[in-house]
Amino acid sequence: MPVAPAQGVDSETKLTFVEFLLTSIDVQESARRAVDWLVAHATVTEAAVLVQEGVSNEMLLVAEYGVSSAAIMDFTLNRDDGSHPLIEALHSPIPVFLEGLPSHHRVPLEAKSFHALPLRSDSTEPGHGLLLVSGLGPKLDSETIWLGRTLGKQVSRLLGRQLLAETRFGQERMLLYSIINAVTDPILLTDTEGKLIIANSHAEKLFAAPEEASEGWRRAAALNNMLFSAALSTSAVGMIEMARRELLLVDPLEGSDLLFELLSSRAKDERQGTYVVSILRNVTDLARAKEEIEESYRTLRVAQAEVRDERHRLDLIIDSVADPILVTDQEGDIVLMNTPAERLFNAPRIDDEMALRRVRANGANLTSFVSNVLTRSGEQRYRGEIQLGDPLTGRPLPVEAVAGTILSEQGELMWVVTILHDLTEAIEKARLYEQLKQASVELERKVQEATAELAEQNELLRRQHIALEQASALKSQFLANMSHEFRTPLNAILGYTHMLLNNVTGQVTDPQRKSLSRIDSNARHLLALINDILDITRIEAGRMPLHATTFGLGELFDEVQSELEPIIKRSNLVVTTKVRGAVPSVRSDRQKVKQIVLNLLSNALKFTPAGSVTMTASCDAGARQVAIAVKDTGVGIPEEDQIKVFEDFRQLDSSPARGYGGTGLGLSICRRLAQILGGTIELESTPGRGSTFTLRLPAKARRR
Amino acid sequence: MSAPVRIREQPLVLVVEDYQDAREMYAAYLQFSGFDVAEAGNGIEAIEKAIELLPDIVLMDLALPRMDGWEATRRLKNDERTRHIPIVALTGHALAGHAEGARDAGCDAFVTKPCLPDALVAEINRLLDAHRSNAESVKDPARSPRSTKKRS
Repeated sequence: MPVAPAQGVDSETKLTFVEFLLTSIDVQESARRAVDWLVAHATVTEAAVLVQEGVSNEMLLVAEYGVSSAAIMDFTLNRDDGSHPLIEALHSPIPVFLEGLPSHHRVPLEAKSFHALPLRSDSTEPGHGLLLVSGLGPKLDSETIWLGRTLGKQVSRLLGRQLLAETRFGQERMLLYSIINAVTDPILLTDTEGKLIIANSHAEKLFAAPEEASEGWRRAAALNNMLFSAALSTSAVGMIEMARRELLLVDPLEGSDLLFELLSSRAKDERQGTYVVSILRNVTDLARAKEEIEESYRTLRVAQAEVRDERHRLDLIIDSVADPILVTDQEGDIVLMNTPAERLFNAPRIDDEMALRRVRANGANLTSFVSNVLTRSGEQRYRGEIQLGDPLTGRPLPVEAVAGTILSEQGELMWVVTILHDLTEAIEKARLYEQLKQASVELERKVQEATAELAEQNELLRRQHIALEQASALKSQFLANMSHEFRTPLNAILGYTHMLLNNVTGQVTDPQRKSLSRIDSNARHLLALINDILDITRIEAGRMPLHATTFGLGELFDEVQSELEPIIKRSNLVVTTKVRGAVPSVRSDRQKVKQIVLNLLSNALKFTPAGSVTMTASCDAGARQVAIAVKDTGVGIPEEDQIKVFEDFRQLDSSPARGYGGTGLGLSICRRLAQILGGTIELESTPGRGSTFTLRLPAKARRR
Repeated sequence: MSAPVRIREQPLVLVVEDYQDAREMYAAYLQFSGFDVAEAGNGIEAIEKAIELLPDIVLMDLALPRMDGWEATRRLKNDERTRHIPIVALTGHALAGHAEGARDAGCDAFVTKPCLPDALVAEINRLLDAHRSNAESVKDPARSPRSTKKRS
């Protein structure tokens, strides 16, 4: 049916509207624009657009004008409701004018009459929706009809059933997105393998790194994904409907640790299978707070333990003190005591009468002491002695008590601390010390006595020594005198014998001469003995005077040789003297050196039956020492006897009828003389081959 | 002052010795040997005899009663009349000090007992010879080499 062009509406306006519709893809938007256009270009009082919802048969109100909210409240219309005038209109090929509708058919408009224009692309198909317009009168104007057709085509084009459904799904999805994005906790939807399906923006921050993200961010995101999957898989394996666990992730921007509580639950969908919905609640701060509380609690526990330990230690310490310690309050009652104190002030057994009595006595003594302390509250320390007793044995126990007072902050006396010190030991020590002192005094006295005795004995010894020296001197003097006394008669004997032998008193007969010769030789021997004894006596008494002179050894040899000439002649021995090299003159006691050499030579002559005797003088390199050797080819001296020959009265043949004569003191005197001259006599000898006696002397005798 | 010179056929020896046996033995032997002999038994007697007889030589035992030989020698050597007479000390004591004492007292020679008579005679002759030659060569005996040696 041809429709006259709308009055007052130019084609330009229509074109603009059609262009809009062509660009629009939204049914609702298009419907609203259409209503707007209608209101602008027609005299409508009410307008509404109903469109069939996608898959259902519900008709939805997508745009309206001038409709009261009460009218559209709870308005529903189902396509299947064929009796409803609007559904009838939907299937009508042309717009329908409805008027005076029964009240049980609800319509969105309040007007009694209105036009219902089915919205479709052509008249062959049922309408997808309705355009309801009131206020135009019974007859529709051409503009409204045009609009109805245009909107019908638009709705048909845009939606169809499918399109409308999709639009609605998308809207819901958007809504869901904005809802889950609005939640501040990260939310993730995953499949059972942990593959991400949906994540809200907070979750994305944790698990997804944008293109421009730093390396650290990307790695943090990767790590978080791994941690999350791992956490999820454990719950998936357990097939727990609702799992709650802690999950430590990394803040990709800060790099700090974030502690989450992971709540994951399974969502079962009949068509799409099973999903896992995970909600992460940030409990980092909570954890920190918890840790702090735990830490405080631990500290508290430690402090409590320390206080307990301290108390325990204190108990141990005061118990370990060997001295009894007691603390009494201002009433004088014991509030604390250590183990040693308990032994004194607590009865060991209740049935021990004696012990109980002693304990009570101890307590009474202590109380009187403490009450003394209390009355003298001005003093800090109070010291005294208490006589206690051992509760078990009754042994008296003198103690020294030292009390100190403990005052409160207000200066009020709180406690008295008393330490008891056992004086038994101290008293015993004092006693022992006294004993020791006495012993020491006694010892000192004895030492003094002993010292005095020693001094006395020393004095005695000294006197004895002096007496001995005197005796020794007297002996020497005696011997000297005696030898003088011996000599005087001997002198006469020798003299008269000599005179007789020299025929001073007349011619003597040969037998008389023989006898006189025996007298003479025996007297000479006796004289020699006396002289030798005198020499030894003088040497031993240290009274052998030395007269040092300087002399040559050659002359000395000549002198000795000439003195012994008669003997040499008788012996038939070859006697030679040698002075080897430049032997210096000797400074010594000439007479004594001569005496030694004379002795050695006469010995050599005496003990050499045949051969020779040689006297040699020599000196060492520095001419500091001279040696006079007397060498013979005589009988010799066995080695074991070589020391003996220097002893007093020694001759190797000590039989009375010895063949060699002499006093036996010669070598002994020689050795003594050599010693006082600072020299030595050495002997080398081979029995049967001869002996060599060597006198060594310093070339310059030291002053004696 | 010159010493008085007595002309004698034989020199006179004054033997001073307290031990009679020894004194007479020496006297007998000296007479046998051609000397005149005078004898004295102690120091005082020795001084008297020396001053009286002015012997040619004195044989003086040192250990003497009344006055010992040292003192007697000292007195004789301090006396103008007897100073020139040589004195031979004779002692049995060989202990230290005796010889020194004798020399300090003024003895001209020293002989230790026992001394055989002929040894004594030999010593006396030696001393007399030395003394005689000194007296002849030097008028003043105080300047004789012997005296010089003694004082040095």
